Amino acid sequence: MNWLDIVRFAVFLGVLTILVKPVGSYLARVFGRERTWLDPILLPVERAVHRIAGSDPEDEMEWGRYATAFVVFTAAGTLLLYGLLRVQRLLPWSGHVTGAMAPDLAMNTAISFATTTTWQAYAGETSMSYVSQLAGLMLQNFLAGAAGLAVGIAFIRGLAREQSTKLGNFWGDLIRSILWVLLPAALVVSVILLACGVPMNFSKYVTARGLEGGAQTIPGGPIAAFESIKNLGTNGGGFFNANGAHPFESPTPFTNLLHMLAIAVIPAALTYTFGSLTGRRKQGWVLYAVMFALFVAGLIACDVFERRGPPLPGAAHAAAAMEGKEVRFGIADSVLTAVTTSNGATGSYAAMVDSMTPLGGAVVLINMLLGEIAFGGLGTGVISLVMTLLLAVFIGGLMVGRTPEFLGQHVGPRETKLIVLYTIAGPAAVLIPTAIAVVTRAGLAGLTMNGGAHGLTEILFAFASSFANNGQNMAGLNANTPFYNVATAVVMMAGRFGLLIPALALAGRFGRQKSRPHTAGTLETDTPLFAMLLLGVVMLTGALTYLPALCLGPVHEQLSAGIHAHDNDRPR
Amino acid sequence: MLEHIKISLRITVALLVITCGFYPALVWAIGQVAFRHQANGSLIEQNGKVVGSELIGQNFAGNRYFHPRPSAAGNDGYDGTASGGSNLGPTSKKLLDTINGLVTKYPDTKPAGGIPADAVTASASGLDPHISPENAMSQSARVANATGLPLAQIESMIHARTEGRFLGIYGEPRVNVLLLNLDIDGIAPKKK
Repeated sequence: MNWLDIVRFAVFLGVLTILVKPVGSYLARVFGRERTWLDPILLPVERAVHRIAGSDPEDEMEWGRYATAFVVFTAAGTLLLYGLLRVQRLLPWSGHVTGAMAPDLAMNTAISFATTTTWQAYAGETSMSYVSQLAGLMLQNFLAGAAGLAVGIAFIRGLAREQSTKLGNFWGDLIRSILWVLLPAALVVSVILLACGVPMNFSKYVTARGLEGGAQTIPGGPIAAFESIKNLGTNGGGFFNANGAHPFESPTPFTNLLHMLAIAVIPAALTYTFGSLTGRRKQGWVLYAVMFALFVAGLIACDVFERRGPPLPGAAHAAAAMEGKEVRFGIADSVLTAVTTSNGATGSYAAMVDSMTPLGGAVVLINMLLGEIAFGGLGTGVISLVMTLLLAVFIGGLMVGRTPEFLGQHVGPRETKLIVLYTIAGPAAVLIPTAIAVVTRAGLAGLTMNGGAHGLTEILFAFASSFANNGQNMAGLNANTPFYNVATAVVMMAGRFGLLIPALALAGRFGRQKSRPHTAGTLETDTPLFAMLLLGVVMLTGALTYLPALCLGPVHEQLSAGIHAHDNDRPR
Repeated sequence: MLEHIKISLRITVALLVITCGFYPALVWAIGQVAFRHQANGSLIEQNGKVVGSELIGQNFAGNRYFHPRPSAAGNDGYDGTASGGSNLGPTSKKLLDTINGLVTKYPDTKPAGGIPADAVTASASGLDPHISPENAMSQSARVANATGLPLAQIESMIHARTEGRFLGIYGEPRVNVLLLNLDIDGIAPKKK
């Protein structure tokens, strides 16, 4: 690591940390229905939307009703998007779309965007009309992102409340997420992006005649409006195939930095909101510190491996580090982007993960496999971390021989079962489909570009990304086949609902309890010691679950590169 | 359940109007009023004809021009409708062979520090509009030869087009190939 890389990362994390408190307390006010400076404009809009929808924000829901509303809302979004993608060629602004979208790809894309995964098995330039980009994908960027934030808030409420079975009103939280959080932030970010060169038009693609006489098609579209919410909603599906590496999506190092802040700020600030709503500020900061530590560990590891370059012989070794990277970002900014997006449930990228070094790419993969707990997805990051924390409370309780408790609430057998359900959902939904893919023709057919250990990593990466609702891909895998379209869609749903439904159930059970008095025997959960225990549990469960698969993929690729760098190109 | 379905559909329609009607219309209007050039793709026109976009790299093969990076976008590279990288794995033989091939055939002066990495690798987007200053410098002798311009002048043009890091920290120094080549055309017009 050179000093400049340390400065880049430190300044980014410094700015992020400064924003945690103001943004976190703003979120606490918004969802506590307290006064904010946007109220004069937004309160009438909020009332109008509730009137049209027929929803009542005062009608508090128990966990089951809250979860049903969330699932139904996601399903409705999926079906509407599927329908739109199937008929997009009949609608205006679709001149550049080259073919009809097949049912399996449309289904995959619809589920992908409705679950904030935004996995993309298509290329945006030639597959999406402007209407589909806006009323289909961008709408889901807002709605699915906001639904995640709503569930995150409901989860925190459940932990904060005592002797109440209610978690809040899903529709109320959803609308507040959009009007008070995502929409204003998206407007500001979009205008900054515009000034920096991100296009915003509805023109036909332009044909340019280059200086040497060759023709080049220059695409257009409502890109600035799309890009800001893509990151704020931690969705990440790009307007174009090359996503955040495309010069129209991120034309300068500054826009890349802005994109990264847009991804990380709200999920990071939710730790402060957690502390604020539960009345335990210190606990919130402990959550933030754990996220911060994991994030920094990933940054350092990824930067060291990428700076070292791929294990290739001769002149190619030094050069190959720039394969799949943009000159304006170079290695370090690409590393910052890869670590932020893989921790942040955002499928965007500034460099091709497939061409990253075996171990640098493994860091990206591990961030997703650990459950995206370093800042994480919008609303889902804090849930994932608290679920892991409860596991640490359980293990810590066993070690000191105390009944496990968190925030004065008893973690009983039922609660533990829900936590375990969440803990085993990941390995089941990632490793089993990977195993199926590597022993079936349909699965192996996806490996058109790379094979061997790297091919296994590509497949593992695809399911890890789908389960984590990240959407990032190793693009060498040809995923637009019925097998991958169906398999990844199923895993995406498992990831979305396998995390959020147990979380809501747990929040409901916690809310019902009466807070227990704090005694000398209570295991403290807001101390540096507990933060270390939590980090240990994260590492331990992650390693126990995924180390064998990682050894067969990236570790094997790294170690064997010197021995037979030449024979793992194509599967045979 | 039925109640949830009804609310879902109605709320989606209401939010559609706000997030996909009002919001993009406002961003579009701000763009067309305040940032017209950027909003329309940073296009560059010469004699009323579009020659390219500042932000989208394009192919250059002639000796009088600076060459961009290798590109994996489309069959011939720099296809604006097919952005993307090579996606070759880091230990792939094809990647090794491609890089070694480009190194062997390298047409320009090899700088003391070795051939610039960006000159022999494909970018992530396939549309990278930039090359590194080292890459530009190593091409300067060829361009000077072909255009008849003094080498010192070419080098000062590269310096003038070199963009630094943001705040001195973020990104890497770079040179926009299309803008630099337009500068060349401005000083040493092509013979018809």
